[in-house]
Amino acid sequence: MSQSSLPSRRNMLFGAAAVSATALLTSCTSNENNDDPEPDTQAQVSDEKPGKQVTIGFAGPQADHGWLNAINDNARKRAGTYKDVKLEITEGSNDAAAQDGQIQTLIDKKVDVLVILPADGKAMTQAGLKAMQAGIPVINLDRIFDSPQAYRTWIGGDNYGMGLNAARYIGEALKDKANATVVELAGIDNLELTRQRTQGFDDGLKNYPNIKKVARQAAEFTVESGQRKMTDLLQAQPKFDALWNHDDDQGDGALQAIKQAGREGFLMVGGAGSKNAMDNIKADNSVLKATVLYPPTMAASAIDLARALGQGKGVGGLAEFEIPASLTLFSAVVDKTNVDQYMPTGFK
Amino acid sequence: MLSSPPARAVGKTDARKPSGTVATLWERADKRVLALVLVLGILVAVGGYTEPDTFLRVNNLRNILTQSSIVGVVAVGMTLVIIGGGIDLSVGAIVALSSVWATTVATQEYGFWGILVTGLLVAVGCGLINGLLIAYEGLVPFIATLAMLASARGMAVWISDGKTQRVTVENAAVTDLGLPDARVLGIPPLVMIFAGIAILGWLVLNRTSFGRRTVAVGGNPEAARLAGIDVRRQRLYLYVISGLCCGIAAFMLTVFTGSGQNTNGNLYELDAIAAAIIGGTLLSGGRGTIVGSVLGVLVFTTITNIFSLNNLQSDVQQIAKGAIIVAAVVIQNRTSRTAAET
Repeated sequence: MSQSSLPSRRNMLFGAAAVSATALLTSCTSNENNDDPEPDTQAQVSDEKPGKQVTIGFAGPQADHGWLNAINDNARKRAGTYKDVKLEITEGSNDAAAQDGQIQTLIDKKVDVLVILPADGKAMTQAGLKAMQAGIPVINLDRIFDSPQAYRTWIGGDNYGMGLNAARYIGEALKDKANATVVELAGIDNLELTRQRTQGFDDGLKNYPNIKKVARQAAEFTVESGQRKMTDLLQAQPKFDALWNHDDDQGDGALQAIKQAGREGFLMVGGAGSKNAMDNIKADNSVLKATVLYPPTMAASAIDLARALGQGKGVGGLAEFEIPASLTLFSAVVDKTNVDQYMPTGFK
Repeated sequence: MLSSPPARAVGKTDARKPSGTVATLWERADKRVLALVLVLGILVAVGGYTEPDTFLRVNNLRNILTQSSIVGVVAVGMTLVIIGGGIDLSVGAIVALSSVWATTVATQEYGFWGILVTGLLVAVGCGLINGLLIAYEGLVPFIATLAMLASARGMAVWISDGKTQRVTVENAAVTDLGLPDARVLGIPPLVMIFAGIAILGWLVLNRTSFGRRTVAVGGNPEAARLAGIDVRRQRLYLYVISGLCCGIAAFMLTVFTGSGQNTNGNLYELDAIAAAIIGGTLLSGGRGTIVGSVLGVLVFTTITNIFSLNNLQSDVQQIAKGAIIVAAVVIQNRTSRTAAET
C-alpha cells in the first residue's frame, strides 16, 4: 500500500455518506403535516340565525296556577321568536291518563323534538320512554321522569336548593337572635317537590343552631288554601320570628290572612317568584321581604334546547357539540336590593 | 208512601206522654242533631285538652266560626236542594265562576257593588240553568249538575286565563270587610252573614209554606203533585236558591282572599253534602234540618282546627278526618236507633 497524506478514497466516501445521512436525518425531524388541514374542534352552536326547520311538541300540565301559566307563556313566546320553529302545544291536563293521550298525539304527529312537563314525573315515565323509543328525543322539563332512558335532556329547578337558600336567607337575618322560631307554609304535600323543598329548608336551618322550626302546615298552591292554612298557622303560633312560604300564589292568600289577623313583627320569605310578590317586596309595605326563585323561564330555555337538538347543534359557551344531558337552574333569592333586575321574570 | 208511626208493643203503657217543656223538647228534637252536638262537645273537649293555651281562646273560636262561614252558606242552600229530593254537584264550580267573573278588570271598574252584584247574578244564573234543566227538561240532577260543574269550572279558567285576579287597591272596601276593624262587637261580618243565611234558611224551611212544599216534594213528589203543588217550579226555585247561596259564598271568599281564582271552591260540593248528611239530612229527600247542616260544617272546621293547632302532618289529617266522619255517623245511627226503639 502507498503512503498518502490525503484521506483515502474509502474514507472520503465514508465521510460523505455520513454527512449526507446526517443532513437527511436532520431534515426528517419536522412533523408538520401539510396534506390535510386540522379538523375544526369548535362546536356548532345554535343562535338567532334561522337554521333547519324544527317542529317542537309541547305537553304541559293544566295551567291553573300562575307559575304553570307562565311556563306555557314563556314557551309560546320563545318559540314565536324563531322563524325556524313550529310549536305544537297540547292543552294541559293534570290527569296522567289524559296527558299520556296528549303525548301520544304528539308522537303520532311525528314532531322532531318533544318537550314534556309531566303532571307527575313517575307516572309519566312510560310516556317519555315511548317517545324516546319512537325516535323522538324528549326534553324533560322540571318534574323528572323516573328513568334516564325516558329523556334526552332534563332541565328544571332546584327544589332542594330553594329550601336551602330560603333557610340561609332567614338564618342570616336571624343569626343574632337567641331562640328564634320559624314556621313553614308548604305546598301540596303529596308532590315530591314539596318534600324536597322542606328537606332543603330543614338541612339549611341546621347551620343555625339558634333557630328552631316550630310548625309546618301544607296548603295547595291556591290563594284560598293559602289564606286558610295561614290563618290556622297564625292561630297555632301566637308568636314566631320568620315564615317561609313555598309559593307566592298561595302567598297572596297568606298575606291576606296575616292582615286579617293583624299580625306583624316577623320576616316572611316567599317562593317561586310571582310579579305580585316582587311588587310587594319593592314596596316594602308588608312582612314579605324576599322570595326564592323557581324560574318559569325554564320553559323558554327548554325551547332553546329543543331547537338546538333538532338542528343538531350545541349550546353556546360550552365546548361540547351536543346539548347537555342535565341542567339544574339556580334558585336566586330576590329581595329589595335586586328586585328590579328580576322584575321582568315575575309571573302573574 | 207515607211512613207509619213506630210500632209499639201491645200492652205496654205509653211512657212517651210528654210532661213538661224539657220532655216535650226532647221528644220533638231530631236525635241526629243532638248526637252531633255531642260529637262537637267531644271535639271541643279534645281540643281543649290537647292545646289548652290556644284552642279555648276567643279568637280561636271566632276563627272556627269564620272558617265555617263560607262552606256553611253553601251547605244551607245544598240542604234545601237535598231535602227537595235533588242534589247539586256544581256548587264549588259556581263559586269559582262567580268569584272569577266578579273580579275581572271590567267588573272591578264598577266598584264594591259591581263585584257583589255581578257575582250574585252569575251564580243565580247558573242555578237557574240547573233548575230549568232538571225541573222542566227532566234531566237527572246528578247529571245536570255534573255538567254544570265541568262547564262552570272551564269557563272560570277561560275567563281568568288561569291567572289570579286580584282585587284592586281602589276596591279595598271589599277586602276591608275581612279585617279586624270591620268586626261588630267582636263578630266578623262574614260570620254575621253566615248566621243570617242560616237563620233565613231555617225560617224558610220550618215557618213557611215554601218549606213545607219543599219537604213534600222531596218526600213524595207524586203525592205532592196530586196535592196541587207545582213540583217543577218548586224544584226550579230550590236550585236558584242554591245558586244564590253560592254567589254569597263567592263574595265572602273574595273578601277573604282578596282575589278571584279559578281554583276557588275546590270540593265544596263534597264538604256541603257531607255536612248535610252528617246533620241528618236524608240523601233521598224529604227530611233534614238546617241546624244539622250548620253543626256538620262546624264539626269539620273544628276537626281541621284541632289538627292545625296540634301541628299534624297533612296526610295524618286526611286519615283522621275520614275516621272521625265514620265515628260521627256511627254515633248518630246508634243514638237515633235507640231513640226509635224506646
